[in-house]
Amino acid sequence: MNSSNNVERHPKTVNPNSSTFSLSVNGERHTLTLDNRTTLLDALREHLQLTGSKKGCDHGQCGACTVLVNGVRINACLSLAVMHEGDDIATIEGVGEADHLDPMQQAFVDHDAFQCGYCTPGQICSAKAVLEEIQAGLPSHVTYDLNTPIELNDAEIRERMSGNLCRCGAYANILKAINQVAEARS
Amino acid sequence: MKAFSYERVSDPAQAAARAAEVPGAKFIAGGTNLLDLMKHEIEIPEHLIDVSGTGLDDITPTNEGGLRIGALVSNAALSADARVRKDYAVLSRALVSGASGQLRNKATTGGNLLQRTRCPYFYDTGMPCNKRSPGAGCAALGDGATSRQLGVIGTSDTCIATHPSDMAVALRVLDAEVETVTSSGETRRLTLDEFYQLPGDTPEVENALQVGEMITAVLLPPPVEGHHAYYKVRDRASYAFALVSVALIQASDGTGRVALGGVAPKPWRRDEADAVLSQGASAVMARLLDGARPTQENAFKLTLAERTLAALLAQE
Repeated sequence: MNSSNNVERHPKTVNPNSSTFSLSVNGERHTLTLDNRTTLLDALREHLQLTGSKKGCDHGQCGACTVLVNGVRINACLSLAVMHEGDDIATIEGVGEADHLDPMQQAFVDHDAFQCGYCTPGQICSAKAVLEEIQAGLPSHVTYDLNTPIELNDAEIRERMSGNLCRCGAYANILKAINQVAEARS
Repeated sequence: MKAFSYERVSDPAQAAARAAEVPGAKFIAGGTNLLDLMKHEIEIPEHLIDVSGTGLDDITPTNEGGLRIGALVSNAALSADARVRKDYAVLSRALVSGASGQLRNKATTGGNLLQRTRCPYFYDTGMPCNKRSPGAGCAALGDGATSRQLGVIGTSDTCIATHPSDMAVALRVLDAEVETVTSSGETRRLTLDEFYQLPGDTPEVENALQVGEMITAVLLPPPVEGHHAYYKVRDRASYAFALVSVALIQASDGTGRVALGGVAPKPWRRDEADAVLSQGASAVMARLLDGARPTQENAFKLTLAERTLAALLAQE
């Protein structure tokens, strides 16, 4: 429901409870006119047909909707789309393609890091951001010394991935997959 | 979720003036708690004022030798700031013990202070709650209620909810102040103790903000020397609210300060308890938790608080 047509037909003054705004998703610019209540997740899934990001709990508890906004991972279900005017959104659709997987996607395949796969897009987006956050020196609850470079270990990965639940319990293999990418990078 | 109108503002004073002027208006920044509550129709704003573009996202040194944390600084950015990690470690530790990585990236300093309780009866709109609907009654005080997570001190006959923030507990032990702008454009400064209100007969009033008043910053005094620690006890290892948490700053001579989270409607600290820190956990808790009124289900928090402080002191 992308669209400039929409904008012309429904100028923003007609309905005070909707807004027109522009954002970029995986490098492509979109202008949308949507009800103000629309979350970023619903804008992606229902209006841009990018259904890779999943709606698990819709309350920020499960992480299945994790996307990157200007390079930072957030829960797309707990953010209003209208508040993302001008932002760059990256979803799982922008991470890799079936014949050209991102190293994190390949690692999830290599280690059988999923069963039903529903949480996987969120796990992969989150995992990629976790490695960046560690590299950038963002501390976590298990970081022993706040004033030295962070050591990348299992405890750090587990703690930092705690916002992504996996109902199938594939955690052990998710950990292996993330470690594979971390080791390849170091 | 109920429909609402939306506007962006670029200036904090303008935001405060608009919030006082437009009926049913609320500020939104990170939105991680507000949007959740709007989905449950616990919060039903008619108008949202998006303050995320008001430029309050810097951490700057103050003339007094402390730090001014803009209200929009994310929990993640605050926890990672090199000055905070070095000189205010208790704050960094408290921040990273809360929520998840995704939420800390989005949640703001001002919003963290203003987040609502996670009392299960506040969230369950099918149950009575004086905080949600003043005068309706408190399901948490009913027979057979689940009160394990709830407050043991500072509570009242109308409400036993706790304030869920970890960050605020560290700010309380650091003697931080909340800076605001009122709807008439004046600046106010409030200590955390002044900012948070106890429930009494009006549990729906949680803080001292006036209509339209907006948090612009948190002010940290000059660094407090000593060992900084934050110990959070919870039902799982990560991504859960505190049963009990202890923020501690202890100097090499054994004196210092203690604040508790998870036990009260506000971060809990008393001067008379700080005064006896060098005498150990038992002496501190006898003063800090004097007058506690736990339920049968959460009386364990009194023992847990003492043991948590004892564990921290033993790490010294």
